[in-house]
Amino acid sequence: MIELLTIFVLAVFVGFEVVSKVSTILHTPLMSGANAIHGVILVGAILITGQADDTLTLVLGLLAVFLATVNVVGGFVVTDRMLEMFKGHKR
Amino acid sequence: MTWVQLAYLAAALCFILALKGLSTPRYARLGNLVGAAGMALAVVTSYTTIERNGLLILVAVVAGTAAGIPAARQVKMTAVPQMVALFNGVGGAAAALVALTEFLEGHDAGVLFAVATVLTVLIGSVSFSGSVVTFLKLQEVMTTRPVLLPAGQLLGIGVAVVSALLAIFVLVSDSNLLLVLLALAGLALGVLFVLPVGGADVPIAISLLNAFTGLAVAASGYVLGNTLLIVAGTLVGASGTILTRLMAQAMGRPLTNILFGAFKATPPSAVTDEQRTVRSGTVEDVAILLGYAHSVLVVPGYGLAVAQAQHAARELAQLLESRGISVDYGIHPVAGRMPGHMNVLLAEADVPYENLKELDDVNPGIGSVDVVLVVGANDVVNPGARDEPSSPIYGMPIFDVDRAKAVVFMKRSMRPGFAGVDNSLLYNPKTTLLFGDAKDSLTKLLAAVKQV
Repeated sequence: MIELLTIFVLAVFVGFEVVSKVSTILHTPLMSGANAIHGVILVGAILITGQADDTLTLVLGLLAVFLATVNVVGGFVVTDRMLEMFKGHKR
Repeated sequence: MTWVQLAYLAAALCFILALKGLSTPRYARLGNLVGAAGMALAVVTSYTTIERNGLLILVAVVAGTAAGIPAARQVKMTAVPQMVALFNGVGGAAAALVALTEFLEGHDAGVLFAVATVLTVLIGSVSFSGSVVTFLKLQEVMTTRPVLLPAGQLLGIGVAVVSALLAIFVLVSDSNLLLVLLALAGLALGVLFVLPVGGADVPIAISLLNAFTGLAVAASGYVLGNTLLIVAGTLVGASGTILTRLMAQAMGRPLTNILFGAFKATPPSAVTDEQRTVRSGTVEDVAILLGYAHSVLVVPGYGLAVAQAQHAARELAQLLESRGISVDYGIHPVAGRMPGHMNVLLAEADVPYENLKELDDVNPGIGSVDVVLVVGANDVVNPGARDEPSSPIYGMPIFDVDRAKAVVFMKRSMRPGFAGVDNSLLYNPKTTLLFGDAKDSLTKLLAAVKQV
């Protein structure tokens, strides 16, 4: 368990560090991108559904897979659309 | 199993690089793609390790993709913030469901496992219901003003205490029913948390809920003993917290004031009932004003975006510039519905990046600006934020347009702005009001300026 805690603490610092100097222009895309990344719960949902052996847990698991997929796919696509807008001006 | 762990490690690195890239304009888009690639790797890897139900899972993933892509592709740029809120909400719900399901399956029980389960279910539920309320607010399905229930604060504390007690009971009793009750309490808590947040502050609430979902995902990583979930969830939790603080700073207000300010706000004083006159002008008046100006500042707001008037605004600016008038755009950090939202919208209309000026570039020289054109903005030019400590938006930095030589205020009606606050600038003798839809007014103005 101590390894997991170590990972957690280190990840906190990395998370603080990577976004500490972001300009206001990128606040919305960054929030949206981070939003897509927590869609990684899809991995958890897949693992949990992959071992479900009764109807209730199977249904709950599949619902989680569905919702998490919406989070992941929608999150990355909408972030890309936002950033696409910026591209034209660097010409 | 080693290669599975290695694939997860690679995915985690992709996520870190994604966040890093998203923080710099140059690599933002690439960063997002790297994040997506990492996600694809992680998902495919996890899929190869499962024992059963593979086909059903595939169906659920396809269904989720079929729902997510059109939603993300077709949403108007003006409505993106509520879309992000919704995506965040379903993520929170998924995390809560994962922990709940794992608990029902009853795997290796232990105190830490139970604590993580309880946290995931609670935070995930709060994030889900809170996000749904922010969606309803931004979509203007419900009022954008702070909603204060009678004894709302007491109710909130009550539900929080009940949640804490339920959480402890779950730890002691291992009861499935109590865990479901805890999820329901979490849902109520999320609603109570977001209701008092005013419309203009909702993006901050979204950002915070985003961080919450990250933490729920991290906690679910403990439940499942999965390091990738811990790393990715924690990254989002930590960066989301920092981002929330940065946004609050951009609005010039402490976070606690934004989230709980409505409880302390004094009701607006009734003394403003005195007869105040506004001066409304015609398109021709404004055209003359603009035609003889040397410098013009356009302050766009959400109203411009809603009316899809970005292009009309750019055409007018180009016409004025062709006559040697300098035109700049004053972009408030929170113009639109989210920090940076207006930059996205104007970029969409091909407004040159160099013409977008921030508060600190504009305010020192604003006294020499001849005409300020406020298009569909309101709260970001409200002098009350600077002068009236009783104002709910007091402390938010504004464009000091009341110090410019003349102000033209384009509005659809006398309705107050998104924050629901009256704006004394409307009654300023320097101000000319031009009623109407922003796009309509700008198009007419364009024609009229050509005549001058």
